[in-house]
Amino acid sequence: MGQERGIEVEGLVREFKKGPRAVDGIDLRVEPGEVYGFLGPNGAGKSTTVLMLTTLLPPSGGTATVAGYDIVHEGPQVRASIGAALQEAALDPFLTGREHLHLQAALHGLSRKERRRRGQELLERVGLEEAADRKVRGYSGGMKRRLDLALALVHSPRILFLDEPTTGLDPQSRSALWAEVSRLAREDGVTVFLTTQYLEEADVLADRVGIIDRGKIVAEDTPEALKAEIGRPSVEATPAGTSDRDAVASVLGQFGEEIPAQPGAVAVRLTGGAAGLADVVRALDREDVRVANLRLDEPSLDDVFLEKTGRSLEGAAEDGEMEEAQ
Amino acid sequence: MGGPSLLTQVAALARRSTVRTMRQPAVIISALLFPMMFFSINASGLDAASKIPGFPTDSYLDFAFAFPLIQASLFGAVTAGADLARDIESGFFDRLSLTPMRPVALLGGMLAGVVALGLLQGVVFLTIGLLMGVNISSGVGGMFVIVLLTVLVALGFGGIGAILAIRTGSVEAVESAFPLFFVVIFLSSINLPRNLIEQDWFRFVATINPISYLVEGIRSLVITGWDPQALALGFGFALAIVVVAIGGAAASLRTRVV
Repeated sequence: MGQERGIEVEGLVREFKKGPRAVDGIDLRVEPGEVYGFLGPNGAGKSTTVLMLTTLLPPSGGTATVAGYDIVHEGPQVRASIGAALQEAALDPFLTGREHLHLQAALHGLSRKERRRRGQELLERVGLEEAADRKVRGYSGGMKRRLDLALALVHSPRILFLDEPTTGLDPQSRSALWAEVSRLAREDGVTVFLTTQYLEEADVLADRVGIIDRGKIVAEDTPEALKAEIGRPSVEATPAGTSDRDAVASVLGQFGEEIPAQPGAVAVRLTGGAAGLADVVRALDREDVRVANLRLDEPSLDDVFLEKTGRSLEGAAEDGEMEEAQ
Repeated sequence: MGGPSLLTQVAALARRSTVRTMRQPAVIISALLFPMMFFSINASGLDAASKIPGFPTDSYLDFAFAFPLIQASLFGAVTAGADLARDIESGFFDRLSLTPMRPVALLGGMLAGVVALGLLQGVVFLTIGLLMGVNISSGVGGMFVIVLLTVLVALGFGGIGAILAIRTGSVEAVESAFPLFFVVIFLSSINLPRNLIEQDWFRFVATINPISYLVEGIRSLVITGWDPQALALGFGFALAIVVVAIGGAAASLRTRVV
């Protein structure tokens, strides 16, 4: 067996009839064992990219290899190398969780004994042992997502595609899924290509993040590097009383330019970086200005998105939904 | 690389298809109840037709017995086609496509479910028909042949359901084809022998309608005994439908599975 390969994409394009380019010439490279977060709003081209890379949708142009296999000419080899949990957890409501796993395992050619063993192992891993013999129609959204993940892992793939795996999940289910994805990457060395519209998810899980907007990758790097690129942290102070607001604004104004803040609070982008926080505290004390709360905010990926596209991720998501509705 | 065997894949998908059908009591009840209801209503309401000179039997019950079998096959085909279309709509089809599943296994699994339902319907209808007083002139051997022909018809109709499902990927499209199929069944010799149909256009349509020969094949076993010509035409048309429909479904599937 040759050297392990990740994902390599060059100039990948997908055009739909009477529509704009859903994916407009993207280049990316995911190293083996890496968790790559593909971040963008609805309609940005994330899912279309996943469908192409998993061979479910032919590209209109460009090239891509997954695990070293060409997605157009070596579809069966690509599919044998990957596991995928697509945007909708496509399950049969009349089958149980265990039956789903056995069906998937049989289609992958596992022996009857191996099917049972692997099915049980995966049910335990995703915490569905108790619900294993219940029909899926009674599962919650989180349980369906966990089963979806287990199904993608039946044949122990080296590359895993997760298309918005936590959309619509409650915080507890989301944390559980994050933990499992982290474990897969850390302990099993699985390469993960994860699309998400959640900044926190990309921040927590991804080794590197590609930000996609309107079919183009607008930024790509580690979350830390991306945030560092746009720069400095901000400090937000909430005055102890409404009459103190002007005084707080006056003090904070000495340390950077004012930026939008929570209602009643004042925030500035620190000219001197995070180290300036101590100076802010000393200045407030010196001027005898009382604050109820003082918070240092590191730049977020939303700030990166705003910087690169001129829109916030939340606003872009609403635009995407409107475009999809039209 | 050996890969999973075709038989294993077909068996796994057939099991899934059968299990999901058996877990939908409404589907089973509809598939068994409605054809028998139509049969009972037709048999009692059209009994006077058996007095028409030249009618091949004095029992309309015997004459009409082919109807529930053909109609049930149609029900089964629409159900299976709608299930496949639902899989496409829901993304389950994509999930299966991401495995090393051979397209022919998907078709085989789906059609195995159709055959299982067709078999169940054939046996149940035969039992109920006998209890209602249907006389099978060809005897016990004929009963087996009736079930065999019913299963073959179900398989052919299942193939047509699969083509619709794969081509459209829409449950609505498959289900909306049901009334059209129903009309095609009625434009055959299902209610009257072809030679007794008075309207020329109707007789012509019934003569070129393959359903007539499926019906007449089953009917011959009930009211005539062993009629080689009717059986040859019945099995011949059934096999032709199976070949064309399954061939068409397989070709359609190749365009959908990358």
